Amino acid sequence: MTDTALFTYCMRLADDSAILSQRLGEWCGHASHLEEDIALTNIALDLIGHARELYTYAGQIEGKGRDEDALCFHRVEREFNNLLLVEQPNDDFAYAIMRQFLFSAFMLPFWEAMMSSKDEQLAGLAAKAEKEATYHLRHSAEWVIRLGDGTEESHNRINNALEFLWMYTGEMFECDEVVSSLVAEEVAIDPMSIKHLWDETVNTVLVRANLERPTESWMQTGGRKGEHSEHLGHILSPMQYLQRSFPQAQW
Amino acid sequence: MAVAAKILRSELDQKAWDAVCDVPDPEVPVLTIEDLGVLRDVHVQTDGSVQVSITPTYTGCPAMSMFAFDIEAALLSAGFERVDVKTVLTPAWTTDWLTEKAREKLRVYGIAPPNGKASRRALFGEEQVRCPKCNSAKTRRISEFGSTACKALYRCNDCSEPFDYFKCI
Repeated sequence: MTDTALFTYCMRLADDSAILSQRLGEWCGHASHLEEDIALTNIALDLIGHARELYTYAGQIEGKGRDEDALCFHRVEREFNNLLLVEQPNDDFAYAIMRQFLFSAFMLPFWEAMMSSKDEQLAGLAAKAEKEATYHLRHSAEWVIRLGDGTEESHNRINNALEFLWMYTGEMFECDEVVSSLVAEEVAIDPMSIKHLWDETVNTVLVRANLERPTESWMQTGGRKGEHSEHLGHILSPMQYLQRSFPQAQW
Repeated sequence: MAVAAKILRSELDQKAWDAVCDVPDPEVPVLTIEDLGVLRDVHVQTDGSVQVSITPTYTGCPAMSMFAFDIEAALLSAGFERVDVKTVLTPAWTTDWLTEKAREKLRVYGIAPPNGKASRRALFGEEQVRCPKCNSAKTRRISEFGSTACKALYRCNDCSEPFDYFKCI
């Protein structure tokens, strides 16, 4: 049973990284200026790296011969277990920045804590990923402040993004039996144990950005059970097209 | 890399190490995989195949497949017949592994070498980076993410030169 839980846990993390990297990759050639284009795709690249490691490891745990490509490109929408937050569309640059900020503010303490996991693979990946997450957080936090503390237009847009995305943040802190069984084995991280760190980062940055933290209310969930917003299917179709058309295609 | 280099190697392992240690970084060609600390271990197995362990600077570093290809080519041309290149994540690569020599090579090449680890933690505020051209401390960051994942883009306020900074991780 532990192997099943660990497989599921790794797949969730892998899906988070893969879907968010695909979203960020959509900015390639479209960001506000060249440096930002490079920044967003650099973050996407780090996330692809995390996803590849996690899919490969999950495939080994499963032991059915599925490799990273099979797991990323040959599963359907309902089999993806990513957070709803990361699949939300790029509608506006402010949305992409706020999505990254809310996610990175969680992932930095998450990877830091994961460095002491009893699972050597996860601990090893965490030691690399936390360094990268530091930059992802700093980059997105600076943008949140710049937009929030900028013009009336930029303030309104980042504020809209915050209000829209807020209901997807609760899912990061959910702890079902998959997580709790692995927490008991000191393999996984209890997300509530890092909630105060996320709160602290979010509060500090929102204050500096002249933004008001939304009041706690109903949170939308479902991603971990494969229940997604309408956006995921539209991400998967361009993402999986090549592997579906040419199975076994190699990079 | 200091730790790996200190381990006493057999003559054959040394021969294999020497064959691959000068493989350059495709993005920063003045540095070799040995300078970077990306090359972790080279071992010739009893069946004659060579097992090479490399570690990525960044998890998604696209240079890794290039490294693996170049390492294989270098070993094959040195007379080894079978090569297996493995990627290891532990211990995680850090810029602290860059030798003084490597830092100097970077500076001469026009890339500001990484500062110490301490400055990395700050959520806000810029790291003070010296211009590799004129050595001025009056520089500003243009972008946290530069031409590759491992670099940020800076500009010197004194000589106006834009330059890459090898980020501290």
